[in-house]
Amino acid sequence: MARTESDERVRGGAAPEGRAHDDQAALGGAAEQARGTRRPPLGLLVGLGTAALVVSIVVAVTIGPAHLAVSEVVRSIAGHLGFHVAPVATLHDAIVWDLRLPRILTAAAVGAGLAMAGAVMQSLTRNTLADPYLLGLSSGAAFGAAAVLLLGVGVLLPVAAFVGAMIALAAALSLARVGGTLTPTRTVLAGLAISQVAAAATSFVIFWTAKGDSYQQIVSWLLGSLAGTTWSSVGIAVGAVVVTSLVMVVGAGRLDAFAFGDTAAASLGVDPNRTRWLLLTVVALLTGALVSVSGAIGFVGLLVPHAVSPLTGPSHRRLLPVAALAGGVLLVWADTVARTVFAPRELPVGIVTALLGVPVFAWLLRRAKGAAWS
Amino acid sequence: MELTLTGVGTRLGGRWVVDGIDATPPAGAVTGLLGPNGAGKTTLLRLIAGLLTADAGAVLVDDEATGAPVTVASLPRRRRARRIALLEQESSATMPLLVREVVALGRVPYRSWWGADPDDTAVARALAAADASHLADRPWDSLSGGERQRVHIARALAQEPELLLLDEPTNHLDVAAQLSLLTFVRSLGTTTVAALHDLNLAASFCDHVLVLSAGRLAAAGSPSEVLTPALVRDVYHVEADVLPHPRTGRPVIAFTGPASSAPSDRGSSDAGSPVGEPGLVSPHCDAGSTSSSPESDRRGSSGTHEDVLATPTKGNR
Repeated sequence: MARTESDERVRGGAAPEGRAHDDQAALGGAAEQARGTRRPPLGLLVGLGTAALVVSIVVAVTIGPAHLAVSEVVRSIAGHLGFHVAPVATLHDAIVWDLRLPRILTAAAVGAGLAMAGAVMQSLTRNTLADPYLLGLSSGAAFGAAAVLLLGVGVLLPVAAFVGAMIALAAALSLARVGGTLTPTRTVLAGLAISQVAAAATSFVIFWTAKGDSYQQIVSWLLGSLAGTTWSSVGIAVGAVVVTSLVMVVGAGRLDAFAFGDTAAASLGVDPNRTRWLLLTVVALLTGALVSVSGAIGFVGLLVPHAVSPLTGPSHRRLLPVAALAGGVLLVWADTVARTVFAPRELPVGIVTALLGVPVFAWLLRRAKGAAWS
Repeated sequence: MELTLTGVGTRLGGRWVVDGIDATPPAGAVTGLLGPNGAGKTTLLRLIAGLLTADAGAVLVDDEATGAPVTVASLPRRRRARRIALLEQESSATMPLLVREVVALGRVPYRSWWGADPDDTAVARALAAADASHLADRPWDSLSGGERQRVHIARALAQEPELLLLDEPTNHLDVAAQLSLLTFVRSLGTTTVAALHDLNLAASFCDHVLVLSAGRLAAAGSPSEVLTPALVRDVYHVEADVLPHPRTGRPVIAFTGPASSAPSDRGSSDAGSPVGEPGLVSPHCDAGSTSSSPESDRRGSSGTHEDVLATPTKGNR
């Protein structure tokens, strides 16, 4: 048959002479491009992100009603870590170690965790708008926590928040699936509905039980607040972030496979349903832990993955660590703003992230020109 | 890869969308999967890929180690993904991906748990093989339809598959892109099953065709054996003449209009030669017939070809 002859003819016509037949040259060219610098190397991004986070934490500790020097902060921290340094005045040492550092470390961990949770949810639901807040996880977790705080349900706060987040997640995904497949629009609508239900339930509980001071305290916490965090908050938030990020990093390759949808993921050897439920459970666990220490802080999980993905690309092995560092930096500064601009009054940090979020959101919409939302 | 389908069927919502398919797509060749919309082509491809489990029968492939036939459903997912690649009909990404990153997805089944690829030149090789190296740094969104298909093929090649499953790979492509894509797929020498809408593309590029009609196998064989006016009328409800291509000798299907309701004995008259004689048969020549039932429409045509295994109406009288 004239197969090979016609093959050659069409192939020659489709490609410039020589390229199709010179595999070696094409291979060399591709390998060269593979080393190209379209996306910065991961080491550089992580190095810069870590440096930015450490500097942000130290500088943020100096900011507040009592002004501290960077050197005092460094010496205080070093002293507590067992290094032999010149001692810091007891009052300043207490401000650093007992008041500001736990709060700022919690902010860093919560920001990192929310950013990773957002990135994972956006990939698993193939929805650029997904984050723990939008899909109702945060509201569910907040309801669980409010039930413990106000109704005296006898479980640990993080456990109640996790259960609330898990129920909200299951409800949102089941609702999104009713009578159809899990499309981005349906997911957001279902998340919105569940979020409203959980918020209404929480409001009802508060309205019915809280009085005076406890009312203001709980509302401020629901809006997202890092006031009153202690070293045990640091332990919960950092612990949750470390444990869940290990699972997420191991699952990073599987998350990548979702780029073209469930069927494509399945044809790449990934079980889409099992992976989705496993990783969403991990996200619910993380959200529960974070909400139990900081309340429901919106927009971090939505924005940070979008902000860093042009640098990292879609590979989750790159995206997750960089998003975590950026989320940490963002929330450290958002909380610093929240506790200083109207000092001595404090804003709930959720208000600051929402104010930051809207302009970034507008920029995202402009950049996407509707393509990602179609 | 040796691929055998034995009595494969699956139900969706209580209806058999694929029913009792027996077929052996030849190894190393391109098999066209034909049939009208809703005939079960996509479902059958997913069954072959192991993404759906057969409710009846089995899809058998040769075991890597022993060569003995095993069901595709019994292969571990990752190992299956290293041997079988499926290109979906429609696929869109939610993330802003570069072409190289799309192709790198094909390496997911090979990556270690921390994400390292044991063969770091595989992506470049796949891009080169699909003649898409020059696109490597382009954003996926900026590609034309033909370029996208080429990159999807490169992604499939990065899986280093022994079996390539393509669902309507030529959709939305212009003629030049259609021809160059199928020529390229042929040149790979990989066992390929491709769902195709265009009968003439199938006739000129496939070594073997399977024709589905309402979930059942209507015919199987070489394009010149299978693609007859009778089959086109039975399966697609379209009148057509089949001519030999003046240069390649492969069948060319010339459509003349929707199937008339007139009974016709053309099926049997054409049985001997797949090449109809233009001019002798015109679509409306059997005027004067009185019957217009669909049963009689199909009556004269089935069973006269050995390759026509089953028509949609099994109860031919």
